[in-house]
Amino acid sequence: MSGWETVIGLEIHAQLATRSKIFSGSATAYGAAPNAQANLVDLGYPGVLPVLNGEAVRMAVKLGLALAARIARHSVFARKNYFYPDLPKGYQISQYELPIVADGSLEIMLEDGERKRIGITRAHLEEDAGKSLHEAVPGMTGVDLNRAGTPLVEIVSEPQLRSAREAVAYMKKVHTLVRYLEICDGNMQEGSFRCDANVSVRRTGTRTFGTRAEIKNLNSFRFVERAINYEVGRQIEILESGGAVVQETRLYDPDKGETRPMRSKEEANDYRYFPDPDLLPLQLDEAFIESVRATLPELPDHKAARFATDYGLSAYDAGVLTASRELADYYEAVVKAAPEDPKLAANWVMGELAAALNKENLDVTSGKLPPERLAGLLARIGDRTISGKIAKEVFEAMWSQGVAADAVIEARGLRQITDTAAIERAIDAVMAGNPAQLADYRAGKDKLFGFFVGQVMKATGGKANPAQLNELLRRKLSG
Amino acid sequence: MADFHSSTLTQLAADLRARRFSSVELVSALLARIERHQGALNAFISVTRDAALAVARSADRELAAGSGGALTGVPIAHKDLFCTAGVRTSCGSRMLDNFVSPYDATVVARLKRAGAVMVGKTNMDEFAMGSSNETSYYGPARNPWNPALVPGGSSGGSAAAVAARLVPGATATDTGGSIRQPAALCGITGMKPTYGRVSRYGMVAFASSLDQGGVLTVSAADAALMLREMAGFDAADSTSVDTPVPDYVAALAAPLAGLKIGLLKEFFDEGLDRDNEQRVREALRVFEGLGASLREVSLPHLPLSVPVYYVVAPAECSANLARYDGVRFGHRCDSPRDLNDMYRRSRGEGFGAEVKRRVMTGTYVLSAGYYDAYYLKAQRVRALINADFIRAFQSVDVLMGPTTPTPAFAIGAKTADPITMYLNDIYTIGANLAGLPAVSVPCGFVQNLPVGLQIVGPHFSEARVLNAAHAFQRVTDWHTRIPRGYA
Repeated sequence: MSGWETVIGLEIHAQLATRSKIFSGSATAYGAAPNAQANLVDLGYPGVLPVLNGEAVRMAVKLGLALAARIARHSVFARKNYFYPDLPKGYQISQYELPIVADGSLEIMLEDGERKRIGITRAHLEEDAGKSLHEAVPGMTGVDLNRAGTPLVEIVSEPQLRSAREAVAYMKKVHTLVRYLEICDGNMQEGSFRCDANVSVRRTGTRTFGTRAEIKNLNSFRFVERAINYEVGRQIEILESGGAVVQETRLYDPDKGETRPMRSKEEANDYRYFPDPDLLPLQLDEAFIESVRATLPELPDHKAARFATDYGLSAYDAGVLTASRELADYYEAVVKAAPEDPKLAANWVMGELAAALNKENLDVTSGKLPPERLAGLLARIGDRTISGKIAKEVFEAMWSQGVAADAVIEARGLRQITDTAAIERAIDAVMAGNPAQLADYRAGKDKLFGFFVGQVMKATGGKANPAQLNELLRRKLSG
Repeated sequence: MADFHSSTLTQLAADLRARRFSSVELVSALLARIERHQGALNAFISVTRDAALAVARSADRELAAGSGGALTGVPIAHKDLFCTAGVRTSCGSRMLDNFVSPYDATVVARLKRAGAVMVGKTNMDEFAMGSSNETSYYGPARNPWNPALVPGGSSGGSAAAVAARLVPGATATDTGGSIRQPAALCGITGMKPTYGRVSRYGMVAFASSLDQGGVLTVSAADAALMLREMAGFDAADSTSVDTPVPDYVAALAAPLAGLKIGLLKEFFDEGLDRDNEQRVREALRVFEGLGASLREVSLPHLPLSVPVYYVVAPAECSANLARYDGVRFGHRCDSPRDLNDMYRRSRGEGFGAEVKRRVMTGTYVLSAGYYDAYYLKAQRVRALINADFIRAFQSVDVLMGPTTPTPAFAIGAKTADPITMYLNDIYTIGANLAGLPAVSVPCGFVQNLPVGLQIVGPHFSEARVLNAAHAFQRVTDWHTRIPRGYA
């Protein structure tokens, strides 16, 4: 693949978490019986008219502000015309020439820790279409219009992503952001957050873009990465064998791991956009925009920077802990209850806790281990009641039994031995019982230090304070 | 009792309240009249006899109890593009021949609330696209003054029904003249309000930025009464305007003296029939006699109205009519082979020639590569026309001129050439492009056919426009003339 540069732009569709649809009063909840959440407006009945949902506007503005974008004081809804059974009116109400949000950006972090700013051309409001169900009725296609009219914000990036990894990092960043803003539930299985990827390749050093293919409807980060990588390979292969890439819309088949042209769209669509005469241009004033700004939470980048500074975390750790607002809140709750060692808290949250949650497919908000309880464990490590190693055992018991650290420590007698005399007694006994090793050590075999540590730990049931043990042992062994 | 039909809507409402007769008596008499003349006029697509009588009975109970609204017990008809719950709403199209609306349009609900009794749904050009009622799937409605002639369109059925005194008033819609032109051709009063004054919710869309619901009645006073009950802000229509509705009836009596009338220079052009022009000029002298002053006003961009309209209206219609795809309601072709076949045949069979022509025109002017040259340019010219009107209203209170170039024409006379048909709306389209209120009132006859005077006012000046029309009707009797055979 050397000698080629990949150019990717993403169009992310995020369903806005409004209670009702963008132009009607129907509920937007997922999973209802087909067409149970479609009223006359959603069904496109003769004579019905759209009325804009103010909450969707508020959410789009929130996103725009978080992207440091320009919020249009005047934006226009347009009709995008095409026929499809799951598009009841024969047009989709979207925004075309004058979107509500334009010229934003956000920063992604690459694997090497390098930061890269990705431009966001625009974000506009539009309504989602329904769903065609090809399997529901044998020999026929069913139409479910529950999703029709669900508010979407389409976030269009500049073609500044240079690899599938970058594309995924960008998409994850947007995912984090919309969830921070509480404007989208981010549920990718249910299609609440999905994207189309525009992919092209060009010879390294070329300035003009190659012909692009648009891969539609990618609804997992893994699919985005695989689809783009496949597509890049396919395009390079075509170009290297002297062919030309066709500008077309393609679908990713996750079973086969390949993209293929969408059958129904051989010819380019002319959507014949024009301003929707049923909706007045959307006018936003300063006061409204400021009222939305006042509701912005601390944004992920800011939170990560603050975590790094306030808690002495690496940029990487701060990034991981702020990837979701819930995780960040959890971490901060732990630190608040056990403020002595934020770094230790970070290690536990990202390590043991994350692994345990992951294993049971739970979220940090599940409540299975409240942050105060984890803080209780960290406090016992901090005051040297238990060692880090013993703490893992305590954690497991806390996790599986839902009990506090102290209860586990007491019940199992895991309290760490910090009494110098007691540790010294144990060391003496081990030295007495292993004269040969002692002689070897003293003859210069330093490696045997570990052997003695192990023996003393064994004798104390692992409860000797490791730091104290190290110090006392070193002193005693050297005679 | 026998001459219910020669009474005005205002008089009938008062008589009902005074309990001079019952709503059941009145409605029954008019239903009988509708049945008697349906064969000759074809003014109705549906007659809702049983429902009408049931509503009339309950109206009588309310009247007996001294309750009810301004129109309690008064029979009216709705143009068949206002959605009426449980009643077919066909839009004059085969496409919606089987469509029974599950809901009431806001206009229908408001008139219901005011107590009006719907007796039926009137004939119209298919999806309101036409100026003669000849594009109706149900055949043309006929002009009561001469059944060989058109009643005008698209609200031809409503106009014929009111002119023949089958109902004292009917709802109608006006996208390019569809209320005023048939009013002129049938010798009645037709009022198109300001865009945004009457809710479009439940009024099946033709061209959304131009469509406006209004009324066809015998007199301006009747129009004022009916419109007062229909108008007002509706949260379900984003283009409806939230300003209070004045009492149009109370405003009728205001004196006319000092009214500054602008004569629309561009309307007195070579296309205007000489006799028609004479009647209009005579009417203007009547206004002078009432103390108004006349001055000529020029709106230089107005002659571009027709071409602008025939870009904007088809563009909007091409999208508005996309929902008729055979999937959820309306006509679906028999045993479609596949999706495209279903679309093609359902729409091919469901729509008539004029609708197809406009859908195709609209699709064309919105297409990539043509949008700027047609749609965008038309919108710019529309803005210029609007500015012309606004400038004119800085020096005059209302504008007047003919409603149509000629009186009613023969059925079939203009169907072969759509352009001549389109030119029949040359004087009415301007008010739609600018969203202005306008009324047509009968102002005389040319060879026994009625002629209309058009009065256009600034935005939301319905009260002023109706007041001027009413003042004219107090000193003239053109609006009281009833076609022979219907007296």
